[in-house]
Amino acid sequence: MQHELFGSPDVEAFRQWLRENKSFELKEKLMSEQEAISRFVHDGDYIGFELYATVRCPMSLVRELVRQGKRNLGVLGQGLQEVDFLLAAGLVNRMDLTYVGYEVYGLSPILRRVVEQGRVKTAEWSNGAIAWRLKAAAMGVPFIPVRSMLGSDMLKTNGAHVMKDPYTGTQVVLLPAIVLDVGFIHVHRADPYGNAQIDGISGFAVELARASKRLIISAEEIVDPEEIRRYPERTVIPYFLVDAVVHAPFGSHPGEMAYLYDRDEPHLRMYMEMIRTEEGTQQYLEEYVYGPKTHEEYIEKVGGWGRMKVLSKLGVKR
Amino acid sequence: MKPEYSPTELLIVLAARLFEDNTSAFIGTGIPMLAASLARKLYTPNLVPIFEFGGVGSQLRHLPRAVGEARTFDRAVWAAGICDIMETAQRGLVEYGFLGAAQIDPYGNLNTTVIGSYDRPKVRLPGSGGGNDVGSLCWRTVILMKHEVKRFVERVDFLTTVGYYRGGDTRYTEAGLPRGSGPFRVVTNLAVLGFDDETKRMKLLALNPGVTVDEVVKNTGFELLIPDEVGENPPPTEEELRVLREEIDPEGFYLTTTEGRILDIVTCTATDSQPLTVAVHRNRRGEIVAVLACDRADTPAACQALCPNL
Repeated sequence: MQHELFGSPDVEAFRQWLRENKSFELKEKLMSEQEAISRFVHDGDYIGFELYATVRCPMSLVRELVRQGKRNLGVLGQGLQEVDFLLAAGLVNRMDLTYVGYEVYGLSPILRRVVEQGRVKTAEWSNGAIAWRLKAAAMGVPFIPVRSMLGSDMLKTNGAHVMKDPYTGTQVVLLPAIVLDVGFIHVHRADPYGNAQIDGISGFAVELARASKRLIISAEEIVDPEEIRRYPERTVIPYFLVDAVVHAPFGSHPGEMAYLYDRDEPHLRMYMEMIRTEEGTQQYLEEYVYGPKTHEEYIEKVGGWGRMKVLSKLGVKR
Repeated sequence: MKPEYSPTELLIVLAARLFEDNTSAFIGTGIPMLAASLARKLYTPNLVPIFEFGGVGSQLRHLPRAVGEARTFDRAVWAAGICDIMETAQRGLVEYGFLGAAQIDPYGNLNTTVIGSYDRPKVRLPGSGGGNDVGSLCWRTVILMKHEVKRFVERVDFLTTVGYYRGGDTRYTEAGLPRGSGPFRVVTNLAVLGFDDETKRMKLLALNPGVTVDEVVKNTGFELLIPDEVGENPPPTEEELRVLREEIDPEGFYLTTTEGRILDIVTCTATDSQPLTVAVHRNRRGEIVAVLACDRADTPAACQALCPNL
């Protein structure tokens, strides 16, 4: 068991960094997946994704990240394919882990192989803890006191401190803030500056956006800035947090996008079947991640725009 | 004739009977989703399901397959975020939480992290997810388990979610978790169990149909409190099973007792000689039982007309 923190809780350095690197200048940040990843992600970075792979997840960015083979990454690991692709490609060496599994389809064979063979360092957290750690960074404070995880063995793996609250004597876990080198979020729509809107639940998009030094947004739709200004209350991520905006229709495939399209169940079943073995996993990566060079090529590979149109007719509608 | 049912169906039905109307319940992935859906249809129509990534008050018209998907906030009253939900539970506003686990000990402590040692696990499990938050912050947690010696253990390999910790008041006095909260019931394929008021050790409450006390004891890896009076759980009714199979999981995501309606996406050459992409339901034998949608027509009937031999 280890006690070092993988991600940084240094909010003093974060303030300095934000002042020097973020801009309120309204400038267009539209670019391709390739450009966004190569410009803003570096070997050794500590990164995080939102939401998770079957739900509103920036999968076109994840696939490009794997293609570019950024190495020695630290990952805020709540997720499914988005984390498993990186693990299977051998790009991750440390991980703050809350849940990696496939819900209705069960355990992750990839996580099992990688962890059981000791190929990655891990620390355990709850989902609430992960979101609150981002929230602390978003607040600009070095830790946040909470009542989850008290008494659990997770505290032996993750380096979080427990103390008695000086006001009431209640025990609390002091969750360290976590500042991400790069955050990735997929949204329903954004303007070219990066002002972004999400329909449905917001997961932990707000917290992750504010806790990231670099933030890459992918969006189903790029809208006119006037559309943003007409409904400013709908902006969940303001442009000055955003470094890159990538137009990625069906960017959450094989996951879903609330009100737009359902998850691709047949593809997920095939994926689950393939990742049962190491060979099958590498074959999946070859065919669906390394093979297609762009998001458009990926869409063609998985069945084309016709299939996307069918998926858009399935799923929950308003 | 008594209806036949699977162990999974029995678990779902027993769990569904535990909800109270007009309360909130934290619903995790899997069986709790089916139980909450069944409860809302038959017993507690005003039960408010809460999903960790932000869905509050979904009408649960379609069974969720994931805790963050749109079905968890379908016609809901609130589409929030994970901090909103966890903080609502931390303030004490969520009554019930439903959890599963790989291991449970006599005090309701749970393991969902590893089997074996943490550094060299024999089996790496998914991890806490929202489980620890639910078990720490809800008032009453209901734990759904397969009843086996290897799962009901004296000591869990890894303590992911604290139950009554080391017994008595230690959940509050030592671990520091909210006073008055903790495990409420353990529902298994053999029985429904609770916890002793004083010692907080697990005790048998009621047996499932056809199960003996001996069987429960034999499948429990620690000493179980057996009261003089042990109740009996009524078996699933025909109505419960019908609603479960026909209305809640006709697709067969969790139940294997139905014909199944498994989504597939196929292409065919349409009557206009152009390709058509079509979403269909197949049964477990692979036969197409319904056409749902296609890329070049608006209704299932129009899709079918374009590819009549589907």
